[in-house]
Amino acid sequence: MKKEEVPQDSSNLSKSNLKELCYATDENGNYITALSSGWEPKTIALQNSIEDINERIEQAKSDVASGLASPIVYFMELHKMDWTTLAGYVGMWVWRVKRHAKPSVFQKLNDKILGKYAEAFEISVSDLKKYKGN
Amino acid sequence: MEFIHHQSAHCENGVASNLLKHQGINISEPMVFGIGSGLFFFYLPLLKVNYAPAISYRPMPGFIFNRAAKRLGIKVKRIKFSNNQNAQKALEENLAKNIPTGLQVGVYNLTYFPDEYRFHFNAHNLVVYGKKDDTFLISDPVMETVTTLTEKELDKVRFAKGALAPKGQMYYPIEIPKNIDWESAIKKGIKNTCNDMLAPLPIIGVKGMRFLARSIRKWPVKHGVKKANHYLAQMVRMQEEIGTGGGGFRFIYAAFLQEAAAILKNEELKKLSSEMTTIGDSWRDFAVNAARVYKNRSNKTDVYNSLADELNALADLEEAFFKKLKKAI
Repeated sequence: MKKEEVPQDSSNLSKSNLKELCYATDENGNYITALSSGWEPKTIALQNSIEDINERIEQAKSDVASGLASPIVYFMELHKMDWTTLAGYVGMWVWRVKRHAKPSVFQKLNDKILGKYAEAFEISVSDLKKYKGN
Repeated sequence: MEFIHHQSAHCENGVASNLLKHQGINISEPMVFGIGSGLFFFYLPLLKVNYAPAISYRPMPGFIFNRAAKRLGIKVKRIKFSNNQNAQKALEENLAKNIPTGLQVGVYNLTYFPDEYRFHFNAHNLVVYGKKDDTFLISDPVMETVTTLTEKELDKVRFAKGALAPKGQMYYPIEIPKNIDWESAIKKGIKNTCNDMLAPLPIIGVKGMRFLARSIRKWPVKHGVKKANHYLAQMVRMQEEIGTGGGGFRFIYAAFLQEAAAILKNEELKKLSSEMTTIGDSWRDFAVNAARVYKNRSNKTDVYNSLADELNALADLEEAFFKKLKKAI
Protein backbone atom coordinates (compact mmCIF):
# COMPACT_ATOMS: atom_id res chain seq x y z
CA MET A 1 0.00 0.00 0.00
CA LYS A 2 1.40 3.37 -1.01
CA LYS A 3 0.98 6.25 1.40
CA GLU A 4 -1.47 8.02 -0.92
CA GLU A 5 -3.61 4.85 -0.93
CA VAL A 6 -4.04 4.87 2.87
CA PRO A 7 -7.84 4.92 3.16
CA GLN A 8 -9.45 8.05 4.53
CA ASP A 9 -13.11 6.96 4.49
CA SER A 10 -15.50 8.12 7.14
CA SER A 11 -16.12 5.48 9.80
CA ASN A 12 -17.22 4.90 13.38
CA LEU A 13 -13.74 6.05 14.31
CA SER A 14 -13.86 9.37 12.52
CA LYS A 15 -17.00 10.28 14.48
CA SER A 16 -14.94 10.20 17.65
CA ASN A 17 -12.04 11.89 15.91
CA LEU A 18 -9.85 8.81 16.23
CA LYS A 19 -7.37 7.61 13.66
CA GLU A 20 -5.57 4.36 13.34
CA LEU A 21 -1.99 3.87 12.39
CA CYS A 22 -0.92 1.80 9.42
CA TYR A 23 2.21 1.04 7.45
CA ALA A 24 2.62 2.22 3.87
CA THR A 25 5.41 2.88 1.41
CA ASP A 26 6.69 6.30 0.34
CA GLU A 27 7.72 7.30 -3.20
CA ASN A 28 11.04 5.44 -2.79
CA GLY A 29 9.39 2.25 -1.61
CA ASN A 30 10.51 2.81 2.01
CA TYR A 31 8.09 2.00 4.79
CA ILE A 32 6.62 4.84 6.82
CA THR A 33 3.63 5.10 9.13
CA ALA A 34 0.46 6.96 8.22
CA LEU A 35 -2.88 7.62 9.89
CA SER A 36 -6.16 6.38 8.46
CA SER A 37 -9.58 7.69 9.39
CA GLY A 38 -11.28 4.48 8.31
CA TRP A 39 -11.87 2.07 5.45
CA GLU A 40 -15.24 1.25 3.93
CA PRO A 41 -15.01 -2.58 3.84
CA LYS A 42 -14.25 -2.52 7.57
CA THR A 43 -17.02 -0.09 8.33
CA ILE A 44 -19.62 -2.25 6.62
CA ALA A 45 -18.29 -5.39 8.30
CA LEU A 46 -18.68 -3.67 11.64
CA GLN A 47 -22.09 -2.36 10.61
CA ASN A 48 -23.10 -5.92 9.76
CA SER A 49 -22.16 -7.02 13.28
CA ILE A 50 -24.05 -4.16 14.89
CA GLU A 51 -27.18 -4.95 12.87
CA ASP A 52 -26.81 -8.56 13.84
CA ILE A 53 -26.65 -7.68 17.53
CA ASN A 54 -29.66 -5.37 17.22
CA GLU A 55 -31.63 -8.18 15.59
CA ARG A 56 -30.70 -10.50 18.43
CA ILE A 57 -31.78 -7.90 20.99
CA GLU A 58 -35.16 -7.45 19.26
CA GLN A 59 -35.63 -11.20 19.09
CA ALA A 60 -34.82 -11.55 22.80
CA LYS A 61 -37.27 -8.74 23.61
CA SER A 62 -40.13 -10.49 21.86
CA ASP A 63 -39.15 -13.86 23.36
CA VAL A 64 -39.36 -12.36 26.85
CA ALA A 65 -42.70 -10.71 26.03
CA SER A 66 -44.18 -13.97 24.77
CA GLY A 67 -42.85 -15.99 27.71
CA LEU A 68 -40.28 -17.98 25.75
CA ALA A 69 -37.23 -16.55 27.51
CA SER A 70 -36.37 -14.98 30.84
CA PRO A 71 -35.13 -11.36 31.13
CA ILE A 72 -31.60 -12.75 31.47
CA VAL A 73 -31.56 -13.48 27.73
CA TYR A 74 -32.55 -9.92 26.84
CA PHE A 75 -29.93 -8.28 29.06
CA MET A 76 -27.29 -10.75 27.86
CA GLU A 77 -27.93 -9.72 24.24
CA LEU A 78 -28.13 -6.04 25.20
CA HIS A 79 -24.63 -6.29 26.66
CA LYS A 80 -23.37 -8.10 23.52
CA MET A 81 -22.59 -11.17 25.63
CA ASP A 82 -22.80 -14.84 24.72
CA TRP A 83 -23.41 -17.69 27.17
CA THR A 84 -19.73 -18.19 27.97
CA THR A 85 -19.15 -14.52 28.69
CA LEU A 86 -22.23 -14.22 30.89
CA ALA A 87 -21.36 -17.44 32.72
CA GLY A 88 -17.91 -15.92 33.38
CA TYR A 89 -19.39 -12.73 34.82
CA VAL A 90 -21.83 -14.49 37.15
CA GLY A 91 -19.36 -17.25 38.05
CA MET A 92 -21.61 -20.18 37.13
CA TRP A 93 -21.48 -23.02 34.63
CA VAL A 94 -22.93 -22.35 31.18
CA TRP A 95 -25.60 -25.07 31.55
CA ARG A 96 -26.84 -23.42 34.75
CA VAL A 97 -27.06 -20.00 33.12
CA LYS A 98 -28.95 -21.57 30.21
CA ARG A 99 -31.41 -23.09 32.69
CA HIS A 100 -31.96 -19.65 34.21
CA ALA A 101 -32.94 -18.45 30.75
CA LYS A 102 -36.19 -20.42 31.10
CA PRO A 103 -38.96 -18.22 32.52
CA SER A 104 -40.26 -21.00 34.81
CA VAL A 105 -36.83 -21.49 36.39
CA PHE A 106 -36.11 -17.76 36.49
CA GLN A 107 -39.22 -17.09 38.56
CA LYS A 108 -38.01 -19.38 41.33
CA LEU A 109 -34.53 -17.85 41.60
CA ASN A 110 -33.64 -16.24 44.92
CA ASP A 111 -32.32 -12.69 45.23
CA LYS A 112 -28.77 -13.85 45.82
CA ILE A 113 -28.56 -15.49 42.41
CA LEU A 114 -30.51 -12.70 40.75
CA GLY A 115 -28.09 -10.25 42.37
CA LYS A 116 -25.20 -11.83 40.45
CA TYR A 117 -27.01 -11.28 37.16
CA ALA A 118 -28.05 -7.76 38.15
CA GLU A 119 -24.43 -6.93 38.94
CA ALA A 120 -23.23 -8.33 35.61
CA PHE A 121 -25.82 -6.21 33.77
CA GLU A 122 -25.27 -3.16 36.01
CA ILE A 123 -28.96 -2.90 36.95
CA SER A 124 -30.93 -3.52 40.16
CA VAL A 125 -32.51 -6.87 41.02
CA SER A 126 -35.98 -5.32 40.78
CA ASP A 127 -35.25 -3.94 37.29
CA LEU A 128 -34.19 -7.42 36.25
CA LYS A 129 -37.28 -9.05 37.74
CA LYS A 130 -39.79 -6.61 36.36
CA TYR A 131 -38.53 -6.58 32.77
CA LYS A 132 -41.39 -7.83 30.61
CA GLY A 133 -39.99 -7.39 27.12
CA ASN A 134 -41.05 -3.81 26.42
CA MET B 1 7.40 9.02 35.69
CA GLU B 2 8.11 10.03 32.16
CA PHE B 3 6.82 7.67 29.52
CA ILE B 4 6.85 8.31 25.79
CA HIS B 5 3.75 7.11 23.98
CA HIS B 6 4.03 5.91 20.39
CA GLN B 7 0.92 4.91 18.50
CA SER B 8 1.05 1.50 16.85
CA ALA B 9 -1.01 -0.55 14.41
CA HIS B 10 -1.37 -3.54 16.72
CA CYS B 11 -1.71 -3.42 20.51
CA GLU B 12 0.65 -6.20 21.55
CA ASN B 13 3.54 -5.07 19.32
CA GLY B 14 2.90 -1.54 20.45
CA VAL B 15 3.02 -2.28 24.17
CA ALA B 16 6.15 -4.38 23.71
CA SER B 17 7.86 -1.71 21.62
CA ASN B 18 6.86 1.11 24.01
CA LEU B 19 7.97 -0.81 27.13
CA LEU B 20 11.32 -1.73 25.56
CA LYS B 21 11.93 1.79 24.25
CA HIS B 22 11.41 2.98 27.81
CA GLN B 23 14.28 0.66 28.81
CA GLY B 24 16.50 2.24 26.19
CA ILE B 25 16.17 -0.42 23.50
CA ASN B 26 15.28 1.26 20.23
CA ILE B 27 12.95 -1.32 18.74
CA SER B 28 10.21 -0.48 16.24
CA GLU B 29 6.77 -2.06 16.11
CA PRO B 30 7.60 -4.04 12.93
CA MET B 31 10.79 -5.35 14.60
CA VAL B 32 8.80 -6.70 17.58
CA PHE B 33 6.26 -8.19 15.18
CA GLY B 34 8.88 -9.87 13.00
CA ILE B 35 11.14 -11.19 15.78
CA GLY B 36 8.09 -12.31 17.77
CA SER B 37 6.68 -14.09 14.67
CA GLY B 38 3.38 -12.21 14.76
CA LEU B 39 2.27 -13.26 11.29
CA PHE B 40 0.10 -16.34 11.53
CA PHE B 41 -3.04 -17.93 10.19
CA PHE B 42 -5.38 -20.32 11.82
CA TYR B 43 -8.88 -21.55 11.01
CA LEU B 44 -10.88 -23.59 13.50
CA PRO B 45 -14.42 -24.04 12.14
CA LEU B 46 -15.72 -25.86 15.22
CA LEU B 47 -14.82 -23.04 17.57
CA LYS B 48 -17.29 -20.17 17.24
CA VAL B 49 -16.46 -16.56 17.98
CA ASN B 50 -19.34 -14.08 17.73
CA TYR B 51 -21.44 -16.90 16.24
CA ALA B 52 -18.98 -17.41 13.38
CA PRO B 53 -16.09 -19.87 12.84
CA ALA B 54 -12.85 -18.84 14.51
CA ILE B 55 -10.35 -17.36 12.08
CA SER B 56 -7.22 -15.83 13.50
CA TYR B 57 -4.47 -13.92 11.77
CA ARG B 58 -2.30 -13.77 14.88
CA PRO B 59 -0.87 -16.19 17.45
CA MET B 60 -2.29 -16.48 20.98
CA PRO B 61 -2.19 -13.28 23.05
CA GLY B 62 1.18 -12.80 24.71
CA PHE B 63 3.07 -14.98 22.24
CA ILE B 64 4.50 -12.12 20.18
CA PHE B 65 6.05 -10.29 23.13
CA ASN B 66 7.20 -13.49 24.85
CA ARG B 67 8.92 -14.82 21.76
CA ALA B 68 10.47 -11.47 20.85
CA ALA B 69 11.76 -11.04 24.41
CA LYS B 70 13.19 -14.54 24.54
CA ARG B 71 14.99 -14.12 21.21
CA LEU B 72 16.44 -10.79 22.31
CA GLY B 73 17.55 -12.20 25.67
CA ILE B 74 15.11 -10.04 27.65
CA LYS B 75 13.33 -11.46 30.68
CA VAL B 76 9.67 -10.53 31.07
CA LYS B 77 7.74 -11.07 34.27
CA ARG B 78 4.05 -11.98 33.94
CA ILE B 79 1.68 -12.19 36.88
CA LYS B 80 -2.00 -13.18 37.01
CA PHE B 81 -4.25 -12.53 39.97
CA SER B 82 -7.25 -14.18 41.53
CA ASN B 83 -7.95 -11.20 43.76
CA ASN B 84 -8.81 -7.72 42.48
CA GLN B 85 -7.30 -5.82 45.43
CA ASN B 86 -3.98 -7.65 45.12
CA ALA B 87 -3.94 -6.90 41.39
CA GLN B 88 -4.32 -3.17 42.00
CA LYS B 89 -1.79 -3.22 44.84
CA ALA B 90 0.83 -4.97 42.71
CA LEU B 91 0.31 -2.47 39.90
CA GLU B 92 0.62 0.48 42.29
CA GLU B 93 3.81 -0.94 43.77
CA ASN B 94 5.26 -1.16 40.27
CA LEU B 95 4.31 2.42 39.53
CA ALA B 96 5.87 3.55 42.83
CA LYS B 97 9.10 1.93 41.59
CA ASN B 98 8.78 3.80 38.28
CA ILE B 99 8.09 0.64 36.27
CA PRO B 100 5.65 1.23 33.41
CA THR B 101 3.57 -1.93 33.31
CA GLY B 102 1.81 -3.77 30.50
CA LEU B 103 -1.68 -5.13 31.12
CA GLN B 104 -3.93 -7.55 29.26
CA VAL B 105 -7.46 -6.14 29.33
CA GLY B 106 -10.96 -6.62 27.95
CA VAL B 107 -12.18 -4.10 25.41
CA TYR B 108 -15.87 -4.01 26.40
CA ASN B 109 -15.45 -1.57 29.29
CA LEU B 110 -12.73 0.62 27.81
CA THR B 111 -14.55 3.91 28.17
CA TYR B 112 -12.34 5.81 25.74
CA PHE B 113 -13.21 3.47 22.83
CA PRO B 114 -16.16 4.38 20.59
CA ASP B 115 -19.23 2.30 21.55
CA GLU B 116 -19.22 0.42 18.25
CA TYR B 117 -15.80 -1.01 19.03
CA ARG B 118 -16.67 -2.25 22.50
CA PHE B 119 -17.03 -6.00 22.15
CA HIS B 120 -16.17 -8.75 24.62
CA PHE B 121 -12.68 -9.16 23.25
CA ASN B 122 -10.25 -9.89 26.07
CA ALA B 123 -6.84 -9.83 24.47
CA HIS B 124 -6.21 -6.12 24.24
CA ASN B 125 -2.99 -4.65 25.67
CA LEU B 126 -2.09 -1.29 27.18
CA VAL B 127 0.53 0.29 29.45
CA VAL B 128 -0.11 1.98 32.80
CA TYR B 129 2.60 4.53 33.49
CA GLY B 130 1.34 6.45 36.49
CA LYS B 131 -1.45 7.37 38.87
CA LYS B 132 -2.92 10.71 39.86
CA ASP B 133 -5.40 10.59 42.77
CA ASP B 134 -7.70 7.71 41.82
CA THR B 135 -6.96 7.88 38.09
CA PHE B 136 -4.49 5.70 36.25
CA LEU B 137 -2.46 7.18 33.40
CA ILE B 138 -2.81 4.95 30.37
CA SER B 139 -0.82 4.57 27.18
CA ASP B 140 -3.02 2.54 24.84
CA PRO B 141 -0.93 1.90 21.73
CA VAL B 142 -3.83 2.01 19.27
CA MET B 143 -4.77 5.52 20.47
CA GLU B 144 -3.04 8.61 19.10
CA THR B 145 -2.37 10.08 22.54
CA VAL B 146 -2.30 8.97 26.18
CA THR B 147 -5.53 8.61 28.11
CA THR B 148 -6.81 7.75 31.62
CA LEU B 149 -9.02 5.25 33.44
CA THR B 150 -10.38 5.47 36.99
CA GLU B 151 -9.54 2.79 39.54
CA LYS B 152 -12.95 1.24 39.05
CA GLU B 153 -12.75 1.31 35.25
CA LEU B 154 -9.30 -0.25 35.21
CA ASP B 155 -10.39 -2.96 37.64
CA LYS B 156 -13.28 -3.84 35.33
CA VAL B 157 -11.18 -4.22 32.21
CA ARG B 158 -8.47 -6.19 34.03
CA PHE B 159 -11.05 -8.61 35.32
CA ALA B 160 -13.18 -8.89 32.20
CA LYS B 161 -14.73 -12.35 31.85
CA GLY B 162 -15.35 -14.77 29.01
CA ALA B 163 -12.98 -16.31 26.45
CA LEU B 164 -9.30 -15.44 27.10
CA ALA B 165 -10.18 -13.69 30.39
CA PRO B 166 -7.15 -11.56 31.34
CA LYS B 167 -7.29 -12.40 35.09
CA GLY B 168 -5.63 -9.09 35.91
CA GLN B 169 -2.51 -10.12 34.04
CA MET B 170 0.37 -7.63 34.19
CA TYR B 171 3.80 -7.87 32.64
CA TYR B 172 7.05 -5.91 32.43
CA PRO B 173 10.67 -6.50 31.43
CA ILE B 174 12.92 -7.28 34.41
CA GLU B 175 16.24 -8.11 32.77
CA ILE B 176 17.83 -6.46 29.74
CA PRO B 177 21.08 -7.85 28.32
CA LYS B 178 24.01 -5.49 27.68
CA ASN B 179 24.48 -6.64 24.12
CA ILE B 180 21.61 -7.76 21.97
CA ASP B 181 22.24 -10.20 19.15
CA TRP B 182 19.83 -8.70 16.63
CA GLU B 183 20.95 -10.91 13.75
CA SER B 184 20.21 -14.18 15.44
CA ALA B 185 16.91 -12.87 16.88
CA ILE B 186 15.75 -11.75 13.42
CA LYS B 187 16.69 -15.06 11.83
CA LYS B 188 14.91 -17.06 14.52
CA GLY B 189 11.79 -14.91 14.12
CA ILE B 190 11.76 -15.35 10.34
CA LYS B 191 12.32 -19.11 10.53
CA ASN B 192 9.50 -19.49 13.02
CA THR B 193 7.08 -17.57 10.77
CA CYS B 194 8.08 -19.60 7.69
CA ASN B 195 7.54 -22.86 9.61
CA ASP B 196 4.16 -21.66 10.92
CA MET B 197 2.89 -20.55 7.54
CA LEU B 198 4.14 -23.70 5.81
CA ALA B 199 3.09 -26.04 8.64
CA PRO B 200 1.89 -29.46 7.50
CA LEU B 201 -1.37 -29.08 9.46
CA PRO B 202 -4.71 -28.46 7.76
CA ILE B 203 -5.81 -25.61 10.05
CA ILE B 204 -2.61 -23.53 10.16
CA GLY B 205 -0.81 -21.25 7.68
CA VAL B 206 -1.36 -21.59 3.93
CA LYS B 207 -3.08 -24.96 4.42
CA GLY B 208 -5.51 -23.27 6.81
CA MET B 209 -6.26 -20.63 4.15
CA ARG B 210 -7.06 -23.37 1.62
CA PHE B 211 -9.27 -25.11 4.19
CA LEU B 212 -11.12 -21.82 4.74
CA ALA B 213 -11.48 -21.39 0.96
CA ARG B 214 -13.09 -24.84 0.71
CA SER B 215 -15.47 -23.90 3.53
CA ILE B 216 -16.44 -20.59 1.93
CA ARG B 217 -17.68 -22.49 -1.16
CA LYS B 218 -19.97 -24.55 1.08
CA TRP B 219 -21.26 -21.79 3.35
CA PRO B 220 -24.20 -20.50 1.27
CA VAL B 221 -25.56 -24.01 0.60
CA LYS B 222 -24.91 -25.35 4.07
CA HIS B 223 -26.01 -22.34 6.14
CA GLY B 224 -28.01 -20.09 3.82
CA VAL B 225 -26.97 -16.71 2.46
CA LYS B 226 -27.68 -14.74 5.63
CA LYS B 227 -25.40 -16.81 7.83
CA ALA B 228 -22.79 -17.12 5.09
CA ASN B 229 -22.68 -13.34 4.84
CA HIS B 230 -22.39 -13.01 8.60
CA TYR B 231 -19.43 -15.41 8.48
CA LEU B 232 -17.82 -13.33 5.74
CA ALA B 233 -18.33 -10.11 7.67
CA GLN B 234 -16.75 -11.66 10.76
CA MET B 235 -13.86 -12.88 8.64
CA VAL B 236 -13.20 -9.38 7.34
CA ARG B 237 -13.44 -7.96 10.86
CA MET B 238 -10.86 -10.46 12.09
CA GLN B 239 -8.78 -9.67 9.04
CA GLU B 240 -8.70 -5.91 9.03
CA GLU B 241 -9.99 -4.61 12.37
CA ILE B 242 -7.75 -2.79 14.83
CA GLY B 243 -5.41 -5.25 16.47
CA THR B 244 -5.65 -8.04 13.94
CA GLY B 245 -4.86 -8.19 10.31
CA GLY B 246 -4.64 -9.67 6.88
CA GLY B 247 -3.45 -6.83 4.68
CA GLY B 248 -2.41 -4.66 7.64
CA PHE B 249 -0.20 -7.39 9.07
CA ARG B 250 1.44 -8.03 5.69
CA PHE B 251 2.49 -4.39 5.52
CA ILE B 252 3.94 -4.51 9.04
CA TYR B 253 5.80 -7.67 8.05
CA ALA B 254 7.09 -6.02 4.87
CA ALA B 255 8.31 -3.08 6.99
CA PHE B 256 10.08 -5.59 9.24
CA LEU B 257 11.78 -7.28 6.28
CA GLN B 258 12.97 -3.90 5.07
CA GLU B 259 14.56 -3.15 8.45
CA ALA B 260 15.93 -6.69 8.66
CA ALA B 261 17.53 -6.37 5.20
CA ALA B 262 19.60 -3.43 6.44
CA ILE B 263 20.67 -5.16 9.67
CA LEU B 264 21.52 -8.49 8.02
CA LYS B 265 22.91 -6.74 4.92
CA ASN B 266 20.77 -9.04 2.85
CA GLU B 267 19.52 -7.59 -0.45
CA GLU B 268 17.21 -10.54 -1.04
CA LEU B 269 15.13 -9.56 2.02
CA LYS B 270 14.60 -6.13 0.51
CA LYS B 271 13.17 -7.70 -2.63
CA LEU B 272 11.00 -9.99 -0.54
CA SER B 273 9.77 -6.98 1.42
CA SER B 274 8.32 -5.40 -1.71
CA GLU B 275 6.86 -8.77 -2.72
CA MET B 276 5.12 -8.94 0.66
CA THR B 277 3.74 -5.45 0.04
CA THR B 278 2.14 -6.71 -3.17
CA ILE B 279 0.66 -9.69 -1.30
CA GLY B 280 -0.72 -7.27 1.32
CA ASP B 281 -2.40 -5.29 -1.45
CA SER B 282 -4.04 -8.50 -2.68
CA TRP B 283 -5.34 -9.19 0.83
CA ARG B 284 -6.93 -5.75 0.79
CA ASP B 285 -8.55 -6.47 -2.59
CA PHE B 286 -9.87 -9.69 -1.09
CA ALA B 287 -11.43 -7.75 1.81
CA VAL B 288 -13.01 -5.28 -0.63
CA ASN B 289 -14.56 -8.15 -2.64
CA ALA B 290 -15.79 -9.96 0.46
CA ALA B 291 -17.33 -6.71 1.69
CA ARG B 292 -19.20 -6.36 -1.62
CA VAL B 293 -20.69 -9.81 -1.14
CA TYR B 294 -22.10 -9.21 2.32
CA LYS B 295 -23.29 -5.80 1.26
CA ASN B 296 -25.14 -7.62 -1.55
CA ARG B 297 -23.61 -5.36 -4.08
CA SER B 298 -21.61 -7.88 -5.98
CA ASN B 299 -22.81 -8.39 -9.53
CA LYS B 300 -20.92 -11.63 -10.00
CA THR B 301 -23.17 -14.67 -10.02
CA ASP B 302 -20.92 -17.09 -8.28
CA VAL B 303 -19.57 -14.79 -5.60
CA TYR B 304 -18.62 -17.32 -2.95
CA ASN B 305 -16.67 -19.47 -5.41
CA SER B 306 -14.81 -16.48 -6.76
CA LEU B 307 -13.89 -15.39 -3.22
CA ALA B 308 -12.66 -18.90 -2.49
CA ASP B 309 -10.56 -18.80 -5.69
CA GLU B 310 -9.10 -15.49 -4.60
CA LEU B 311 -8.18 -16.90 -1.17
CA ASN B 312 -6.58 -19.94 -2.81
CA ALA B 313 -4.53 -17.64 -5.01
CA LEU B 314 -3.38 -15.80 -1.86
CA ALA B 315 -2.42 -19.11 -0.27
CA ASP B 316 -0.38 -19.99 -3.39
CA LEU B 317 1.39 -16.62 -3.33
CA GLU B 318 2.23 -16.98 0.34
CA GLU B 319 3.39 -20.56 0.03
CA ALA B 320 5.85 -19.52 -2.68
CA PHE B 321 6.82 -16.44 -0.67
CA PHE B 322 7.63 -18.21 2.60
CA LYS B 323 9.59 -20.91 0.77
CA LYS B 324 11.75 -18.18 -0.75
CA LEU B 325 12.04 -16.38 2.57
CA LYS B 326 13.20 -19.54 4.31
CA LYS B 327 15.95 -19.94 1.74
CA ALA B 328 16.99 -16.28 1.92
CA ILE B 329 18.22 -16.41 5.52
